[in-house]
Amino acid sequence: MRAADWSALIPVNVVTGFLGSGKTTLLSRLLASPRLASTAVLVNEFGEVGLDHYLLESVSESMVLLDNGCVCCAVRDDLRSALLELHGRRERSEAPRYDRVVIESSGLADPAPVVHTLTADPVLRHHYRPGAVVTVVDALHGFGHLDRYPESVKQVALADRLVLTKTDLAGPEECAILKGRLEAMNPAAPVRLAAGPAGAGGGSESTADAVALLVEDVHRADSRQAEAERWLGPGAVAAPHHHTGDVSSFCIETDEPIDWTVFGIWFGMLLHRHGENILRVKGIVDVPDLDGPVLLNAVQHTVHPPTHLPAWPRTWGREDGRAPARGTRIVFIVRGLDRERIERSLAAFRDSLAGASAPPPPPRGDRISTESSRNHLAR
Amino acid sequence: MCGLCGVFGGERHWTERAASPAIFGGPDGDGPEGRRMTPARERQERVRLVNRVLDPLGLVLVEWAASSYVLRTKTGRSEVVSDLGGLWPAAERLLGRPCDPLDPGLLARIART
Repeated sequence: MRAADWSALIPVNVVTGFLGSGKTTLLSRLLASPRLASTAVLVNEFGEVGLDHYLLESVSESMVLLDNGCVCCAVRDDLRSALLELHGRRERSEAPRYDRVVIESSGLADPAPVVHTLTADPVLRHHYRPGAVVTVVDALHGFGHLDRYPESVKQVALADRLVLTKTDLAGPEECAILKGRLEAMNPAAPVRLAAGPAGAGGGSESTADAVALLVEDVHRADSRQAEAERWLGPGAVAAPHHHTGDVSSFCIETDEPIDWTVFGIWFGMLLHRHGENILRVKGIVDVPDLDGPVLLNAVQHTVHPPTHLPAWPRTWGREDGRAPARGTRIVFIVRGLDRERIERSLAAFRDSLAGASAPPPPPRGDRISTESSRNHLAR
Repeated sequence: MCGLCGVFGGERHWTERAASPAIFGGPDGDGPEGRRMTPARERQERVRLVNRVLDPLGLVLVEWAASSYVLRTKTGRSEVVSDLGGLWPAAERLLGRPCDPLDPGLLARIART
């Protein structure tokens, strides 16, 4: 399947967060939006807060570990069955024609196997694709959860969107400190403060939240450029190396283009050996002869199909502060891995294998002009 | 599935996907405009570059039937791999030790090849 076909698949969002963080309350509010009117919801357990939704299914949480024993590569067999059953009913017109699935996972669940299941299963991947992972953090107890539970740290590290709930119950200063901590842990994910008690609200506010949290993502052509610019904001690029326990985030930056094949060899080898400790990777890769970057997006061992941006995103810390600029910028969120070792390794592969690159093919009229791209950026 | 070897035909690995028409072309790519390499040439180039990394490890990769690769040790042990995703697990099985791209010794040996 071609990468572009992902936009035609049914997106599957994961809403995760620690026990009692307000996932169901947030989801109830989001589902009130007309934008999510055709959404199927899968929950791991029916909690105290009832979800009133027309298409609500429950799944158990059983996992099948693969031979390598890596939890992120586990197949959520329960989820696979539930999604296939749901799709079958949809096709037989026994269920409404939903255009999105939201999974509300249990408090201790790891989102990585969900993403892996969606992309690795040979049947599922022709019907569904991963959507944004939304992690809910409770402003009252978030600090304690992050300090004591590695599950909570991982849920934040893997998120595409972070929502701070119960902000009315915690003081503004505590909220600001926790928000800063979340931004440091996962600089590529925007943090949204849920308004009012446990994120109460409705109407246009629900729709705005639904679009920002669930609908927009990097796999949609209309939000891809903005998403890349969110990844490369001031918290990520040119920012210091952040640590939370043994989890750290940093951005690798280089202005030297790298051959895509060389990058693929390096990144594939890196993820194979260290993928369990590479929690999340998001960024842009500067490939020679292209007018725009290749977008890179990985969750542990799972790499989403790389896509191509037609133009360079605005990147923080360049020239006038918010200018489009060429260059490779990759945000890593890792556990116990050293930034300098990763940088040295990438540079070594690039420099050692660059000399081995095949001579370029003869010029063709339809080749993309690098020169015109650079001139455009200089204007 | 290939009737000869029993290998399932699966999704193209992310390293082989058409991230851009200027990177990969071919019938399964994004059309002829801006094509830089045919899929066959891209595979040959991939094999050549991977062998720069495998050589210091005592391994060699060869393309097989334009659909898979064969990874061999110098003593003749071999495994069929379908793409780069299967390469490193196979390499570690054949070598009996990890292949770590962060290993400074390996990086130095790659630089010398």
